[in-house]
Amino acid sequence: MWRDAALVAGRDLRVEARSRVTLQQVGPFALLVLILFAFALDPARQTLERATPGLYWVTVLFSALLALARSAALDETDGVRDALRLSALEPAGVFAGKALAVAAELLALEVVLGIGVIILYGAEPAGIGLLVVTCVSATAAIATTGTLYGALVSGLRVRETLLPLLLLPVLAPVLLGATRAFEAALGGAPADGWPWCGLLAAFAVLYSVAGAAAYGTLLEGS
Amino acid sequence: MTATTSPRTAAGTPQPADGAGAVPAHTGSRTTRILGVLALASSALLVLYGLVISPPDVEMADSVRLMYVHVPSATYLYVGCFFTTFASAMWLWKRTPGWDALAEAGAEVALVFSFITLGTGSLWGRPTWGTYWTWDARLTSTAVLTVLLIGYLALRRLDLDPGARSARVAVLGLLLVPNVIVVNRSVEWWRSLHQGSTLSRIDPTIEGDMLVALMVGFLALGLVFAWLMVHRFRVAWLEQQADRFDLDEALALRRAEATTPTTPTDTAKGTA
Repeated sequence: MWRDAALVAGRDLRVEARSRVTLQQVGPFALLVLILFAFALDPARQTLERATPGLYWVTVLFSALLALARSAALDETDGVRDALRLSALEPAGVFAGKALAVAAELLALEVVLGIGVIILYGAEPAGIGLLVVTCVSATAAIATTGTLYGALVSGLRVRETLLPLLLLPVLAPVLLGATRAFEAALGGAPADGWPWCGLLAAFAVLYSVAGAAAYGTLLEGS
Repeated sequence: MTATTSPRTAAGTPQPADGAGAVPAHTGSRTTRILGVLALASSALLVLYGLVISPPDVEMADSVRLMYVHVPSATYLYVGCFFTTFASAMWLWKRTPGWDALAEAGAEVALVFSFITLGTGSLWGRPTWGTYWTWDARLTSTAVLTVLLIGYLALRRLDLDPGARSARVAVLGLLLVPNVIVVNRSVEWWRSLHQGSTLSRIDPTIEGDMLVALMVGFLALGLVFAWLMVHRFRVAWLEQQADRFDLDEALALRRAEATTPTTPTDTAKGTA
């Protein structure tokens, strides 16, 4: 299964590296959202500083929607889905591979956004360990959930509008947990943040299992 | 909940007989009529108990009467969600259309009850908390649950190949209750400092006629829930039958078009 996952993840990332959509469109979009928040919330630093964790993760979620739509769209062209079905790759491996590729893209995006937040919002990084663990577990949660829901809507004409409607309410706990954990880290009270990290990790595990189990059904039923 | 409505559809007959015979003309039956009368009678009893007999609350005055609808409808909202998740799991296991219809009925009826819950809740919140909406754990998670149900039904409503749609909505339906649990836990954790659960605030003060009124509320809305579920299930079932009729009819037309009757019959299986 892991070999299959590595194959699929490698393919997705290679396509991404060659098309450079994430680099040239999703990344700038995320930075643009950061700037728009500053317009909306008055650049008086206090408001932005207080809201930084929430704004950061809302931006990550919006950008993740784009990355996930890209990831699902890769399989829709040129009969890739049929090829995947015929390739005898394990569905759980395909799921894991796609989730890994999305996670890698999101982690890169989060680094860029982190730098953006430090420069634009004047955030002072603190509690680095908690920040990193939060990023990793929240990214795993978003990537697994998003890959599963991306498969649910793939091939539909309305997928661009339906994916956010289905996915965002499900990811509400991730936004909540990641924001609280970041607040705890930046506020200098990391002890309050670790339980939220636990929630994020549990969420990621739940959806990894659900996705690995259900992906075969979705692949065959489309 | 009976699944015995199976209309005598005779999959082979190409001509869907209009009206009587092939499919029942309506979704009612003797049982559902009795159920409906009981639901109406108990609703009348609820009006009597909730609005006339039971006394106003010491703290909440007359607004407490909303609770006799609010608490039961919130409960049946969750019951509907459980129906959907259970039926989705059963569909994934058995792959029979009845479970798909049950999942649809559960989600739709749950959505109705979620609107009742949110509506009565915010009307109650205005005099009690001084605001229609507050970021209380229960309110927030009910709102998220409502959006989850809307999303589920949005996927259901898409014009898809029935086989492909069933697989997708079954996976989505299976995740409904886990999602609800995770959202509830996380939101409650988030708001735990904010205020305790709303129910426990009422419980100690509830007694006598108020308790009876709440019980009547559970009974009345339970019967309404059951009545809606049965009818919605039957409508979903008939829709599936109608789809199949359309397919059969189209196949028959194609076959009639063909000049030679040597068309292989295996196309009629339609195993999607």
